[in-house]
Amino acid sequence: MSLKEVIEKPELLLPGHSACPGCGAVISLRWTLKALGKRTILVIPACCTSVYQYIWPTSAIGVFVYNVAFASAAAVASGISNALEIKGRKDYNVVVWGGDGGILDIGFATVSGAAERGENIIVICYDNEAYMNTGIQRSSGTPGGAWTTTTPLGKTEQKKAAPFIFLLHNAVYVATASPAYPLDLYNKVKKAKKLRGFKYIHILSPCPPGWRYPENLTIKLGKLSVETGYWALWEAERINGKMKFTLSPPSRPYLDPSKRKPIEEYIKHQRRFRDKEIAKKLIQEWINYQWSLIKRFMSESSEG
Amino acid sequence: MEELEKVSHTMAPISKPVVGAAGKTGAWRIFRPVIDYNKCIKCYQCWMYCPDIAIEAKWNEYPKINYDFCKGCGICANVCPRQAIRMVREHE
Amino acid sequence: MSKVKAKFILDAITGNYAAAWGARLSRIKMVAAYPITPQTTIVELLAEWIDRGELNAKMIRVESEHSAMAATLGAAAVGVRAFTATSSQGFLYMYEMVHWTARARAPAVMAVVNRFIGPPWNIWSDWTDALTIRDGGWIMIWPTEHQEILDSIIQAFKIAEDKRVLLPALVTLGGMTMSHTAAPVKIWAQELVDEYLPPEPPNPLYVLDPDESEPFTFGNIVLPEDTPQHVWAIEKSMRNAHDVIKAAVKEFNELFGTNYAPFISTYKTDDADYVIVSMGDAYTTCEVAVDMLREKGIKIGAIKIRTYRPFPKEEIAKAIDGVSKVFVVDRDIAFGMGGILATDIKATLFDFKIDTDVHEVILGLGGAEISPERVISRIEKILKK
Repeated sequence: MSLKEVIEKPELLLPGHSACPGCGAVISLRWTLKALGKRTILVIPACCTSVYQYIWPTSAIGVFVYNVAFASAAAVASGISNALEIKGRKDYNVVVWGGDGGILDIGFATVSGAAERGENIIVICYDNEAYMNTGIQRSSGTPGGAWTTTTPLGKTEQKKAAPFIFLLHNAVYVATASPAYPLDLYNKVKKAKKLRGFKYIHILSPCPPGWRYPENLTIKLGKLSVETGYWALWEAERINGKMKFTLSPPSRPYLDPSKRKPIEEYIKHQRRFRDKEIAKKLIQEWINYQWSLIKRFMSESSEG
Repeated sequence: MEELEKVSHTMAPISKPVVGAAGKTGAWRIFRPVIDYNKCIKCYQCWMYCPDIAIEAKWNEYPKINYDFCKGCGICANVCPRQAIRMVREHE
Repeated sequence: MSKVKAKFILDAITGNYAAAWGARLSRIKMVAAYPITPQTTIVELLAEWIDRGELNAKMIRVESEHSAMAATLGAAAVGVRAFTATSSQGFLYMYEMVHWTARARAPAVMAVVNRFIGPPWNIWSDWTDALTIRDGGWIMIWPTEHQEILDSIIQAFKIAEDKRVLLPALVTLGGMTMSHTAAPVKIWAQELVDEYLPPEPPNPLYVLDPDESEPFTFGNIVLPEDTPQHVWAIEKSMRNAHDVIKAAVKEFNELFGTNYAPFISTYKTDDADYVIVSMGDAYTTCEVAVDMLREKGIKIGAIKIRTYRPFPKEEIAKAIDGVSKVFVVDRDIAFGMGGILATDIKATLFDFKIDTDVHEVILGLGGAEISPERVISRIEKILKK
């Protein structure tokens, strides 16, 4: 798939949405929809996307959108997916598109249930690391050390290692992504779309107002999140009953800690990290933990 | 009751996808991006990263900024490998 | 008249099995449910039928009731006939989604097996659970007999899916009193039910199906000044339901040879000075109480509320007009206000300027027995005052 082909693909996220300038979530949604195509039903729980699709009677999203109650998305999607199959429909995508709140916290049991049942849906979490829609409150996705309105002195707990949790469910495909690597995200969504069963994609989505940085740095921060080893890009596919775990090309150099850029590079732009020393310590712990999990899954990985 | 007589029982919150749902969001801008086409190499990075789908790109043609919808976030200027985009303050 | 030869098979089945049969005969294609006593056997029987290939439906074994209603909503929004069932705590756990489903205009049907709300734990009959959604926009039918449970579910789909309504419907049955007791029930021939309820549901208000619709967004933000019309649209549909229910029940009676009243039915009220009003699993006991009181020379009758929402105000007012005392038997209570059905009756009579004494008779909370003697004792105490 070349850049030329991708440029010709229709834009299904339409200009005129009301997302914040520099929002990482809309870059992510834009590329996700390019990969999914028009025959897509997005099931959207309460989150930023519920708002920036804008106000009745118009919408800025050019595919089917079913706005649903906060914790319910993966269950509504299960109902939709099974019903379309009952009707004998072919070639469609049922996709949950939600934030860290709706997918990892209030909706966690729902997503876990859908994953365990192997529902034929894609759940995509765009993780901006707090409940941004309601004004930047702490979520399980918030990294240790980060200010939020409910953790004014900085969160003390670590970020939930969410994508790994779904490797221990009945998923056929689990991946991480970033809007700073849109073609990687595009390919992963395309791959997920072709598989039957439960698919989970976790996107780290930089947020200017929530992370307190100037809005033109969204992509730069997205790249730094990968280059510091903070956010690892990988994918895992179930082949013949075994998970094949692959580190994605942008993250491969950072398996080696000496290649990772210093954490300061990443956090210096983000005023949500007020006490830089504490933040550095907690983030280093997170990075170590994440990569220890990656190494474990890589070593157990099978070609199938 | 007047409300009941006026309304259709099938009235429901169903919306149509349109360009410009929130209006011409270009009005949000404080700074506008300006492309120096002498420096532009048509790599389309700006087009790739624009959160507002406000850069139009056709293969082998120069990318064009759609000022109706550009919110002036400056990502395009930040990612351009040739620094071919500068952010210019909007006049009143 | 129907050309079907064997119209039914007679069997002694529990109320729960009657509910399951109602759903099966309605040709549901989707069940998403979570077990809770005393509903569980409904879902178990449906699972057995599906696995044996006797019911062509998918079952989503959701991880919670909130997800049960959510999945039911999703299926109904695609235009597939969907059914669920729950009780008490499970009903409250899905409560947000129950409201949502009505406001999303999804014509699903749910069986609510009435059970006490805890704490403490109590698995027996109490109506407060289902009554908490009386404001939510669901059609509500309260059978008093096992046959009626089966028949009401079929009627519920017919009413809910009607183009003039397009709202979900629920059918209640008393926990343990009806769910786990058995009675003779006519299980209709599928072909007969097919004449009444189309095997494929008509399209609901919107369809989440790329083969049937261009993309649209449902449920994004609506500003305050634009919102009231959406609410009134639902109220209008609820009011439309009155005539739809009348026609649906009439058609059912004609085809199946039954004798259901669409809204209320009356027992010995023609010459009555007093009337007992009740519904659900308390009602038939009230008829027995009427007979016993009549032997003592008291001219009393009974009114059964069959359709609870939309509340049949006119029918009730007409039936009560001229009566000097009304005793409303509630197997529920609204704390700080009183019997829920009693409150509805009082409001109705006031609307129609009917000046009758209304007395609350709250009995049977948490499954405590509602016997004719207890009903009579309460009534006699009130009459003595």
